[in-house]
This record gives sequence, structure tokens and C-alpha cells, in this order.
Amino acid sequence: MTVTEDNPNTGYKWVGTHQIRPDGLDKVTGKARFGADLVLPGMLHGRVLRSPHAHARIVSIDTSDAEAMEGVRAVITGADFPDLVEAGRSTADIAVAANAMARDKVLYEGHPVAAVAATTRELAAAAVKAIKVTYEVLGHVLTVDEAMADGAPLLHDGMITNGVDPKPETPSNVAAKTTFERGDLDKGFAEADMVVEREFTTKPVHQGYIEPHAAVADCGQDGRATLWCSSQGHFAMRAYACTVLGWDTGRLKVIPAEIGGGFGGKTVIYLEPLAVRLSQKAGRPVKLVMDRDEVFRATGPTSGSRMKVKMGMTNEGRITAAQVWLAFEAGAFPGSPVGAASMCALACYDLENFLIEGYDVVVNKPRVAAYRAPGAPISAFAVESVVDELAKGIGMDPIDVRLANAAKEGTQAPYGPKMPRVGLIETLEAIKNHPNYQAELGPNQGRGVACGFWFNAGMNSSATVHVNEDGTVTVVTGSPDIGGSRQSMALMAAETLGIAYDRIRPVVADTETVGFNDVTGGSRVTLATGAAVVESCEKVIESLRERAAKTWDCEVDEVEWVDGQAQRSDGSQPPLSLGDLASKAGRTGGPISANASLNARGVGAGYSTQMADIEVDPETGVSRIVRYTTAQDAGRAISPQYVEGQFQGGVAQGIGWALNEEYVHGTDGRMQNQSFLDYRIPVASDLPMIDTVIVEVPNPAHPYGVRGVGEVGIVPPMAAVANAINGAIGVRMEALPMSPPSILAAVNDQS
Amino acid sequence: MSRRHVNCTINGDSADFLTEDFTTLLNALRDEVGLMGAKEGCGTGDCGACSVLMDGHVTCACLIFAPEAEGRTIVTVEGLADHTELHPLQQAFLENAALQCGICTPGFLVAAKALLDRNPDPTETEIRYALAGNLCRCTGYDKIIRAVQDAAEQLRANA
Amino acid sequence: MNYTSPTTVEEAAAALASTPGARVFAGATDVVPQMRSGRIAPEVLVDLKGIEELTSVSVDDEKWTIGAAVATARLTEDPTFSAEFPGLCEAAGLIGSDQIQNRSSLGGNLCNASPAADSVPAMVANHARAVVAGPGGRRVVDVADIPTGPGSTSLGAGEFVVAIEVDRKPASTGEAYLRITPRTEMDIAIVGAGARVTLDENGVCTAATVSLGAVAPTVVRVPDAEAALVGSTLDDEALAACAAAASAMCSPIDDMRGTVEYRTQVAGVLARRAVVAAAERARG
Repeated sequence: MTVTEDNPNTGYKWVGTHQIRPDGLDKVTGKARFGADLVLPGMLHGRVLRSPHAHARIVSIDTSDAEAMEGVRAVITGADFPDLVEAGRSTADIAVAANAMARDKVLYEGHPVAAVAATTRELAAAAVKAIKVTYEVLGHVLTVDEAMADGAPLLHDGMITNGVDPKPETPSNVAAKTTFERGDLDKGFAEADMVVEREFTTKPVHQGYIEPHAAVADCGQDGRATLWCSSQGHFAMRAYACTVLGWDTGRLKVIPAEIGGGFGGKTVIYLEPLAVRLSQKAGRPVKLVMDRDEVFRATGPTSGSRMKVKMGMTNEGRITAAQVWLAFEAGAFPGSPVGAASMCALACYDLENFLIEGYDVVVNKPRVAAYRAPGAPISAFAVESVVDELAKGIGMDPIDVRLANAAKEGTQAPYGPKMPRVGLIETLEAIKNHPNYQAELGPNQGRGVACGFWFNAGMNSSATVHVNEDGTVTVVTGSPDIGGSRQSMALMAAETLGIAYDRIRPVVADTETVGFNDVTGGSRVTLATGAAVVESCEKVIESLRERAAKTWDCEVDEVEWVDGQAQRSDGSQPPLSLGDLASKAGRTGGPISANASLNARGVGAGYSTQMADIEVDPETGVSRIVRYTTAQDAGRAISPQYVEGQFQGGVAQGIGWALNEEYVHGTDGRMQNQSFLDYRIPVASDLPMIDTVIVEVPNPAHPYGVRGVGEVGIVPPMAAVANAINGAIGVRMEALPMSPPSILAAVNDQS
Repeated sequence: MSRRHVNCTINGDSADFLTEDFTTLLNALRDEVGLMGAKEGCGTGDCGACSVLMDGHVTCACLIFAPEAEGRTIVTVEGLADHTELHPLQQAFLENAALQCGICTPGFLVAAKALLDRNPDPTETEIRYALAGNLCRCTGYDKIIRAVQDAAEQLRANA
Repeated sequence: MNYTSPTTVEEAAAALASTPGARVFAGATDVVPQMRSGRIAPEVLVDLKGIEELTSVSVDDEKWTIGAAVATARLTEDPTFSAEFPGLCEAAGLIGSDQIQNRSSLGGNLCNASPAADSVPAMVANHARAVVAGPGGRRVVDVADIPTGPGSTSLGAGEFVVAIEVDRKPASTGEAYLRITPRTEMDIAIVGAGARVTLDENGVCTAATVSLGAVAPTVVRVPDAEAALVGSTLDDEALAACAAAASAMCSPIDDMRGTVEYRTQVAGVLARRAVVAAAERARG
């Protein structure tokens, strides 16, 4: 279902249609090559040795036995990488390098300590076992509570909290504090008829991509290397890898493989610099692939948290004050998404009085990585639960409460700027008007509603468009395609140029054949790379008009481009199609192509409202999603089927996060559930069909009205589910995941 | 090191390969036979990305020792299309946008084929339970289920 | 060579006896992950699936004989068996996904000796027996006597299970297996309950078995629950006593799948529901 705001720019020929995606055939026939699918002659197999301790000093590493073993061609440790501390590099760069390969300390179970390359997998595994490491085990901290406690062991000596005034004198595990405030909290709470204050905890959850990290590196004897890896951004991989290696970026060429899921978790490096260094030392290509348990133990989940939310509301449903306190686990190095979570926590509402404080806390777990709208789903769980409790407390429909406070054009966002035209209200109304909202609920069933916000990103993209002699057009971008963006590029190119979709060839090129692109993330590719594609196409159209003018011996402004053809404004010549002009290009000035590089402006923020119907067995705590509906503002759905797919994917991840996903650590600091058996992502039989409403409130700043759609869908589900559980059995869940044992415990506590 | 010579049928062709005894069928298919369609998502039988048909039954290739393939008939995703024609499941996946990143798609296609071979008219619930052994993180399964329903209808019409 | 595929029980027994680190396997659905994690490191793997006796199912007037290596998918597909033992089929069918079902076996599920094994409470509730072959010949034992603790069995050196025997089900008897998992599939049971009841023409229970999985180091029968049911009409009072007895029988652990409190409480709920389901089948 699509609900489109009146807009004079509808009536597109290609944008908004259903097409077969250009990479689809390879993916359904097994031909598509993902990170682990490349084989090179003479290739060695790599394996990483990882710390068994959550926190320890590395006293010594003896690799001599491993180096002497059959088939072993290279062994590396931290000593094989430049010392960025000594080189005076930034703390951010130092963290990237230290996370890739530990130097003097290991900071989490799974932290890489050494790596080998050998002629077979089995020999590499045996060699890793022969590396002798002596550790001095240190005390560890696993939660924000433990990390912030007095006398807690420190991960980084000398880390003083940023963002606190006056500056603390003693180091701690708190890397930074973020604060947003407005108005007068006390006055606001005094005006409220009802105040709710709750404390929440969440656990780390993993992005859960089905493809483990994989990289193949081939370093020549000239010291230059080619790296083949699946990532969300090969330019970023090049930059990070070269930081770790101590190389100029020009020494490394990165070729993007197809990527088997990222969700933010593949915007950072893990194996890549290790594979390059091993290949350099061995003088042969090296393939390094993670096992699933390595993915869990050593790649970024998103943060676990403790949160406190206090909100006040009048009997008419107006929120008068909101206070949000967040402490997020950053993992081993600073950089949790608590900043974004702080910015998004109250962004659905127009508020006069609020205080948001967010703390970035290091703990002895893998460094967190981005996970789809990083941080926002976590704070939304807390805020949307409290809004729900207030709505029920004053006896008002939860959608009406949100409508009474909804952010819209002109609202000042909690993080500063005034909102441009946005579609939250339209998504709220879409859910309110949806037949599912009237569906009858059975015994032990409840309905929950929640909203979410994500800014979406712009950032840098480049594109090149070439016109081929036969009139087909190659669109070259540098954004790895993780959700079907190649198709969107082709659709926008077809629309802009006025030629058929199947005449467009979209290509994702490597770091040597296209200009710089920031990562595929932040829901930015359709917007930003799309804008670069559109701009390139518009320049191509300019060239085509010039060629037509030359052919007709007239002025360029006497030539119009209409429906893929050059037309003489006075109609005195038959039109020239793109194909005609392409075949003559050599005679009219040479091959026709254009490129565009931009930092995208006019990003359109995204809102989603969602509704969950859940059934809970009060005797066992087992729950089942009966019905799920999501409405999200896409601005303009370039490829509606794939836009729906993004909505549904975000919802499914949110449901898993809500009900069953969590990292389980023993007191020894080791992860206990590092497999898909015990890290429980939803399976097909856990979910119903996910009903979607594509709301289109076009982004006025984009040629086709696009807003990013990839992320905001994961923001509401946990609260929607928690609110539904509350409706079903009357318990207010304060901790994620809401698994059967925790639901049953809450039922028991209540009675 | 001496390796075992295994003879079997893969995607309708006589095939043979050398293998260590404890190597899994998944690694043998990828490393020795060169068929990369089956993927390792977990290596422990929990994700289904390595699903293949062995004598017509869907199994995780990561849980089979390569020597067990001796004399057996194996079908991978690469064996679903017939010359120039995609299998209706493959076509239905494309038309229904039932894939996003595509890493789980080979496993789903093989498992769905096994389902429709034994049950040509499954209910939505039957499809969901038959495919519960295949994890997808991108789609939320909705469009995958619709694609299987579409393909089932197509196959029944062709029969 | 580290893999061998004998065609007779005697060959398999000989292979086991002749190599110290030899181990039998059927579907390998637990063997592969355990080798991968280093939990086990066999020298030689003896594939039982080449032995006809271990991969066939037969039935006579007295009993069913199910080869220990029969894939559970083949077993649950058998229309006669699934009509007679729907509960045991449910249990076997819950061992995992379709992919797992085409490899998992009753013998493997039993001898892997996970406290949460799904088929074991149902086999125990149905008085199933294991036929064991080894250096001393064959012997027959109750299925419940095979697992002795998590990951360990009473099998001696060189012994392996050849078949599972289940007597033909008496009239007016029904059996069921239920379990709790957080997801609908692909999970290890947090609690599992098997039940079987026989009713007379007045609806009075004349025989009952109640068994629990995942609440103790091995599967447990609940004699107090059974005693509460026999002689009753399975009324609310009897069911409540059954549930209480089931909860009391538990000695579970806290682990990442469930807490002691949860397992204990839910064991009672499941035992009652399994008895109710079994009774419905007995009447139907």
C-alpha cells in the first residue's frame, strides 16, 4: 500500500515501478561472488589467533613454533604494524589499529593477537594453536554498571570523560558525555497531570548478517596490493586498512565483492589489514574468512544500555517535560552510538522542556559497530514505552497522544535545527486508518504502537555515466549494493535520461575506477549516490543537446530533451534518439560521458509508526507475533518492492531484538552464545506477513523526493512489542530481550 | 597426506573430487568442485545457507562429511535452472523481490524446491516451518514466502 | 583413512574395537559442531548409515523396530507409525529444521545424551527400548538407562545402539510431547514433557507415564505424577497434582536458555498440557 502526498512530479515512467534487479540473476543462480567466493592461484588460507581473556596485558608472544610448521608461509602480530601512538596519530586512528590487532593489551575475548597464513585451512588452524602467548590477566568490566562503579578496572589509562564541565581529574571508563537541553524541567513536570519514571536495560545485539567477514588480499613484490572484500564501503576499507598498515591509500586497490548483509557492521575493518600484511610477508594471495563464532565474539554488536526516562503529560495528552539518561556500552574503545541515541530519543515530539544526557562507556567486549539507525532503537524503546504508559494512564489512544505532540515542519528538533517538511503525522494517520488497527484481538492478545525517527545521511558520493555506442548507458558508482541500490540507480537514470530501464547498466566499481564514495550506510545511497547519478545524467543530457545542435547546426538552446530524444524546439527536424546520437558520437566530438561528485545536501529525515499485535501465553511466557503493520515515510519510493523490503527487514530485526536476541557473557568475560543456535534471530515460522504502508511525503530537496528508508524501520519495534505485551498481559517490561523466562518472571512479580 | 577419491553425481553430471575424510561436503563443493553457490553462514547447521539436496532430501552440506557423498546424487543452486530457463522458484524470487543481499538465496531456493517436490500445495504455515531452517536477516521472510507461494502455483499450473 | 562405512553390525563393531579413537555416527548433526569446537576429536568416524539393519523400520504384531540411524524425517513420514505414535513423531520432528530432520536419528539423539534431547522424553513415555550391540554381543535396555549425564551414556567400550524398539500401542492409549522454545523452530528445548495415558471404557486412567527433558542431567520419569493420574478421570485435581509433582521432580540448572525458577514452574505447566493432549488422543 502506498499513500502519496499530492505532488506535481508524479506520473513517472520508471521511478516507482516494479522491475527485475540487475544483479538478481546472478544471485538466484549462485553465480554472484561474495567475499569468500574468490579463489586466486597459489592462495593461502589465513587464521587469526584471538584472546581468550576479556582483559589482559600481553607479556610475550612466541611465534617460532608456528613459523616452523609445515605449510606456514607467514605469521604476524601487533609488531608487524606501525605504532600509531608513537607516530602521534589521532585517538580514533589508534583505536582502529589496536582493534584490528592488539598491541600491549587485549581488551575483549576474541581480540586478535596474531595471524597466520598457510597452504591449507587445517595447517593454518594447527599453526595458530602453536603460537604461545603469555598474558597477565586483569580484572574486567562487562556492563555500564560495572564500568562506572568506583574502583572499576580501567580499559584505557588516562581516559578522561569529554563533555563534562568541570573536567574530571581522575580517569574512568566513561569516554564522553553528551547533553541536550531546553527550557525548564521542573516547571514542565509541575505542569503535568501524570508523571511516569522508569528504568530500562538492554543487552548488546549483533547485526546478524548471514555472511561472515571475508577478505582476499594479493600483495605484489612491488609493495602494492589488491584487496577483495565484501564491505559497505570499499573506499572506507581502503582508508582504514591503510591507516593500520601505515600505507598511503594509493598503494591499495579495493574491489568490492557482493556483500551478504551489513546493516552497519561492515562499515569498519577487521580482517582486511591482516590479510594484506600476511600476503605481503608471504608473497602470495591470502584468504581470511571468519567463522561464525568469530563474528559473534570479535565483531561489533551494538550497545547494551541502562536508561532512565521520566516524562510528564497533561490529561489532554500534551507532553510537558522529558528527562532522558542514557549509558551505552561502547565495547573496548570509545564510540557507542549514545550521541545519536540522545539526538533521536525525543525527535518525534515537539517539546518545550527536556534534558537528555548520554554517557559513552567502555567495557571489555568487542568494539561496537553501527547497527541500522545506531542508538536510536535503544532510546526509542525507553521513551516510547513511557509515552505508552502515560497514554494508558490518562486514558487516551496511543496514536492520538502522539498526534498531539508530533514533530512537523518547523518543529525545533531536540538537537537544534528546525525540521523541514517531514512525514511523522502522515505515518501516524496511516496506522490509525489501517484496517489492522480495527482488527479484533483474542484472549491474551495485545496491541502496541510506537514511533521512530532517524536523520538519514547525505555524505559524499561520486558517479560516472557513459553513453555506449549502441545507446545503452553505463552508470558507474562506488556504493556497494546491499539492498538493491543498483536497481534504484538504474531507475533514476532511466527516468532522467528518458530511456528504458533495461538500457541502463549499473556497475559498482572499485577504488581505482570511480571517484570517492562514503560508505553504503546511513540510508544515503538512494539519496546521495542517486543525486550524483542524476547530476551526471543531467550533464550527459547537456552533452547530448550539444551534439544534436551540432548535427542540426543550430544553437543549443533550440534543442530540448524530451522522453529520451533531442527535439528541435521549432519542430523543424525529426527527433534524434539517444541511440542515434550515441552512434554518431565519434563524429560530433567523441565519446559522451559525465561525472559528478558531491556532498549531498537536502537530506530528508525519516519517520515510522508501527503497530504490533502479540499473543502471550501467561503460563509459559512464550509470545507470538500475530500481526504487524509498519508505516514509514519514504519520500518517494524509487523501487517500491525494495522499499517494502527495507521496511520489513528492519521490523524483523527489531522483533528479534525485542524478544530473543542478546549477548550472554559468563562472569569470566567470555561470550556463551556465539552461534545461531543460541543467538536467536527470528526464523520464518516466528513471523507473520509484515504489512507495509509506504507513505510518500516527498523530500523537497531531492530531485525525486527521496528520503532514506533503510534504517528508521528498526527504531519502533521493540517498544511496539513491549507496549503490545503490556496490552496482552498487563506487565510493563523494562528489560530486553523480552524472552519467555523474563516475561514469566514479570507475570509472577505482578501477582 | 593421502586424500580419498569420491565419485558422485552433482547437478546431473558425473563428478569426482579428492578430499580429506573430515572435510565437510560444503568445503569439498566449494574448494574442490568449484561450486560456490552453497555458502557457509555458520558451519554448524543453524542457518541453512549451505543447503543442498542429497538424494532429493534437503540437508546442510556443512554437516555432511565429504566421503559420505560417494555414489550419491547432489543438487546445488547451480543445478536448478534448465539450460536457458530459470526454475519457477528462481523466477518467482526475482519477481517478488524475495532477496536483498542474496547470501541466503541459494539455500532458500534449494530448501523451497525440496518442499514443493514433496508438497506441491503447501499452506503459508507449512512453508514457514519448512523454511525455518534457513535464516534470512534482510527480508523478514515476507516476500520469500510470497515467492514460494507464487512458484507453487506456477508449478501446479505447469504440471 | 579416517572414515569407514561398514555394511554390517559386526564390521562396525570390529572397526570400533580396532581403533582407540573410533566413534560411530549417523547424521553427524552434533558430531560436526562438536568436532569443530574441539569438544570431541575422534580419530576415525564409523558411518552407520551403510548398515541396512540400522536404516530400516519394521513392524510386527508385537513391536516396531526402528533402525538407530533412520533419519527422523523418514520415520515421521511413515503414515502407519505416525498414526500410531503421533507424540513420538512430534518429538522426533522437533529435533530441528527440515535440513536437520533429513539427518537426525533416534539413535543419535539418544546417544548424544543432551539433557534437552527432544525424542528422549517421548521414547521414555512410550517405554521404548534400545538394542545395543558390542563386543559381548547384543543386549536390550530401557531407553531411559542409556543417558547417564550431559554428553555421557552407559554404553561400554565398542558398544553402539542398533535399534529402538517400541511395543505396539495398546487400545485407548494416547501419547504426546510438548516443549518450550523461545522461537517456533530451530531451538533447544528449555523444558520438554512427554506423556502417555491409557483410559478404560469409563474414562478412568489405567496407566500413565510422564517424563521430563531439560530439567535434570538426564530425562526423568515423574512417578508421583503418574501415581496421581492412575485411577483418576484426569480431572483438574489430578492434573494439578501431576503438575506439582512434575515441578517437584526438577533439578534443573540456570543456563543461558532458562533459569531454575522458569524450568521448574513451566515443567508443571507442560506436564499437565502433555497429559491433556495424550488423553484427547486416547479418547479419539
